Amino acid sequence: MEFFELAIGSIFINNIILAQFLGICPFIGTSKKMETAVGMSMAVVFVMVMAGMITWSVDTFLLKALNVEYLRTLSFILVIASLVQFVEMFLKKSIPGLYAGLGIFLPLITTNCAVMGACLLNIGNEYHFTKALMSSFSYAIGFGLALILFAGVRERVNLGPVPKPLQDTSIGLVTAGIIALTFTSFRGMV
Amino acid sequence: MAQSLAKEFTKGLWAEIPPFRLVLGLCPTLAVTKSVENGIGMGLATTFVLVFSNLLISLLRNVIPTKVRIACYIVIIATFVTIVELVMQAYTYPLFLKLGIFIPLIVVNCIVLGRAEAFASKNNPVMALADGLGIGIGFTLSLASLGAVREILGAGTITIWGGSPIFDMSNWFHPFTFMVEAPGAFAALGLMLAGMNLIGKK
Repeated sequence: MEFFELAIGSIFINNIILAQFLGICPFIGTSKKMETAVGMSMAVVFVMVMAGMITWSVDTFLLKALNVEYLRTLSFILVIASLVQFVEMFLKKSIPGLYAGLGIFLPLITTNCAVMGACLLNIGNEYHFTKALMSSFSYAIGFGLALILFAGVRERVNLGPVPKPLQDTSIGLVTAGIIALTFTSFRGMV
Repeated sequence: MAQSLAKEFTKGLWAEIPPFRLVLGLCPTLAVTKSVENGIGMGLATTFVLVFSNLLISLLRNVIPTKVRIACYIVIIATFVTIVELVMQAYTYPLFLKLGIFIPLIVVNCIVLGRAEAFASKNNPVMALADGLGIGIGFTLSLASLGAVREILGAGTITIWGGSPIFDMSNWFHPFTFMVEAPGAFAALGLMLAGMNLIGKK
């Protein structure tokens, strides 16, 4: 039950994009087409879960054990950057189909603050390992949900007669605001 | 020399002002601008990182091998972010708590890495310093103005560093909390972006 509440909370109520403002750049950047949005969401689910597990272990067994918590920022970004690089090489070699699907989205994930943000939130909330894993997965699903919903709406909006100064990013942000507003209605759920 | 230096500095204040002209670094922009105070704090922290990482990367631009440059930039940026984090914990603890995880997340702010890659790695240290300072101050101004819009519409007042409000409009209209919440952030930034487009494009 605890895990169910955590999942609902992380996917809908504290949605990583629409409520926590993490990962806005890929949210705006890869949402012009449904295809790219799906690719990005899959890549994020994959990397965020792995990064969540590894950074949790690094933090608990290395940083806390050696009493060097101030190196957290530096070590997390290095872990994430090398993880992304490693995943890219691994997929290219062993699962070429998936690699072709995720392709260009993998390197972009290094500078996706949602990944590092989710890792830092896990540590900040002092979750144990299973809970951290569960919350990383739920945040990633929330990211995908918001991105795919937004891409669908945005494809339709761009077909309409948008006034010139509002075109592209500007109307995109206003649309995102309206989607965020609908997500606030989930607040009473848990 | 002096002229081009001034040009590099001032382009960050209008022609390439982030996040309006360069649509980068949106996460901290949306998240911390509930008030002017938070916006200025976040802007200054980013400016510090931007100036020093630009300077160091520019100094080391002939030493860093091209193939591993991004990794090197990230380590340099992360070092300065850690410095900012520790300094803020020591001297401005309440502000540090308000900005929360967005201070360590300056590491993955695309503006900082973008300037390192696009400017500092190709120009001399003095130019890189001017560029970092210009973009940083531009970013601070943007965050402060977005913070001002949201704080006035959402709370009706502007309060900086405690004490009584320096600006009070709450008698004129009923403040709507929509603006200080998440949806208002997206809408306010989108509309300000449209305003900038309206002024900028002739």
